[in-house]
Amino acid sequence: MDILAQQLVNGLVLGSIYALVALGYTMVYGILELINFAHGEVTMIGAMVALATIGFLTGIAPGLPGPLLVGGGILVAVPACMLLGFAIEKIAYRPLRKAPRLAPLITAIGVSIVLQNLAMLIWGRQYISFPQILPDYRFVLIGAQVTGLQVFIVLLSALVMAGLWLLVEKTRLGRAMRATAQSREVASLMGVNVDRVISATFVIGSALAAIAGVMVSAYYGLAHYYMGFLLGLKAFSAAVLGGIGNIAGAMLGGLLLGLIEALGAGYIGDLTGGFLGSNYQDVFAFFVLIAVLVFRPSGLLGERVANRA
Amino acid sequence: MQSAKTMAMALMMLGVLAGCGKKESADNVIRIGSVSPLTGPQTHIGKDNQNGAQLAVDEVNAKVLELGGRKLRLELLSEDDQAEPKTATTVAQKLVDAGVVAVIGHLNSGTSIPAARIYSEAGIPQISPSATAVAYTAQGFRTTFRVMANDAQQGKALGQFAVGRLSAKKIAIIDDRSAYGQGLADQFEKAAKAAGAEIVAREYTNDRSTDFTAILTSIKGKMPDLLFYGGMDPQGGPMAQQMRRLGLDARFLGGDGLQNGNFIKLAGTDSEGVYASSPGLPIDAMPGGADFRKHFEARFGPIQLYAPYAYDAVNILVAAMRRAGSAEPAKVLAELPKTDLQGVTGPIRFDAKGDTTGGAVTLYQVKGGAWQVVETVK
Repeated sequence: MDILAQQLVNGLVLGSIYALVALGYTMVYGILELINFAHGEVTMIGAMVALATIGFLTGIAPGLPGPLLVGGGILVAVPACMLLGFAIEKIAYRPLRKAPRLAPLITAIGVSIVLQNLAMLIWGRQYISFPQILPDYRFVLIGAQVTGLQVFIVLLSALVMAGLWLLVEKTRLGRAMRATAQSREVASLMGVNVDRVISATFVIGSALAAIAGVMVSAYYGLAHYYMGFLLGLKAFSAAVLGGIGNIAGAMLGGLLLGLIEALGAGYIGDLTGGFLGSNYQDVFAFFVLIAVLVFRPSGLLGERVANRA
Repeated sequence: MQSAKTMAMALMMLGVLAGCGKKESADNVIRIGSVSPLTGPQTHIGKDNQNGAQLAVDEVNAKVLELGGRKLRLELLSEDDQAEPKTATTVAQKLVDAGVVAVIGHLNSGTSIPAARIYSEAGIPQISPSATAVAYTAQGFRTTFRVMANDAQQGKALGQFAVGRLSAKKIAIIDDRSAYGQGLADQFEKAAKAAGAEIVAREYTNDRSTDFTAILTSIKGKMPDLLFYGGMDPQGGPMAQQMRRLGLDARFLGGDGLQNGNFIKLAGTDSEGVYASSPGLPIDAMPGGADFRKHFEARFGPIQLYAPYAYDAVNILVAAMRRAGSAEPAKVLAELPKTDLQGVTGPIRFDAKGDTTGGAVTLYQVKGGAWQVVETVK
């Protein structure tokens, strides 16, 4: 029972992070029907910028409390990634908006490689450690060890996702986004500035990615120029699992994928009598992806297919 | 201005002439290759090997080296393999073409193994100062030697240390499925079992992963008193953090992949109390360690890692040349298995495969944010 509770906690934290990143994929897909493969790299840049900021802050004002430093890191990383997201769309996708769908997919992969190498040049190839500056609260919840950071990660992602939900459902920009997702042409006829809406989508998705990136590196205690790749692929699987283009689906898919991974890696060895081991942990995400594509191609909550009038 | 130009020209001409002069006496020069990564993230360790070899070469040249009645001089040809297997084979061929007697290197197992075939085909001895993978000397080549303990010896020492010194009874093992990590974990498991411990879990991760909470939770349910990790510091660091966070109250033990400063940086305060091994003796415990440190640091600055082994490797080679009375690779190769040298790092003899018979393994523990020697196993 204790073990099960612990695995659920592990999965919930992992799932919250996946969900945040998955939202970025799903928002862009919902509007442009484009898989933005550079999104994982935006997460990595977010983590790197936050770490550099924390290093800078401790340099000029030693003795600042940890949460303040991390807060400062997030405050710099989020605008930096928003700018990056804006630039990626402007440079790599906008010129190709009328091109065949394969072309922006290839530029997406290109941007991803460029960003990885850029990060490698700036921050080096080695793993960078995230300083242990956050207070270490630990407590036991129904037999599971929980840390303050884990609670913070889950709460912050819930808060951010709720904010996004409000933005999309209740604001003018949200309405414009939904209209653009349904039909770009009709939306622009109704006076929606489609270019601006698309830019806004990238900027918002990148902000979420930046937050996720900081949380990942704080949680695991390190950052690396390659960290965005696998995280991006898993989050993409989560988005497909929930139904790509569907915002609630990305949240559900992220959480489910985190739980599946934790429970799968934790129990597969015992369930199969050692025949399959925990080395299959990373495979679950992609196994789920294949299974969903076979049995429910539109995802659990359904794909948001643009309704072309 | 004009005169400065003329001066420079004259100097260049002189240089060319001097170069020609050198070429003529090439018959009296014995070339030895040295290969290690001299660019990229492992540059500092690669340069360290090169410097260790260079120190030995210069010391030999300071005295007179006479082989078969001829006075000879050693020359070290250094190549950069960038720690890349592909580049390793290219520079290996380059050294063979340059007519080296033998090669000191390479630094990594992953580069030493593919390069070994090229040296073997050319009949040139290869002495690695730092490649620890069992596979390096297990390829069936007569030309491969190494001067430090391999991963089998290290895994055995780790297993015996875990059960003997740390009194572990229930052991959990994780490895990263790499040639190094899996090999070390297998050897550890064998030794720990033989010493009477029970292996309660054998889990796997990979050398890209950062999340180990699921496997650590599963391991926690089996209540081990020791966790062994076969892998490198980028995974070991977060693993140490996550196991403390999950309240997994077991000792943490690893191999030389963890025994470095980066591990302490990545694990932070959770590195405290972690054990890890490293092949060889700590420099101050080596028979010739103090002297070597003095000479080396006067010329090159602090010793990084394997410099004493590179130094010994050159001396082994020179001793074999002296016994053979020749610098012909075939004759030197025939003498190498008879090596019995009291080196800086300890006594060195080779077994039939070219491994050292006296390879020591030292165990360290993190205390006060630094690695401290616990004991050395011979």
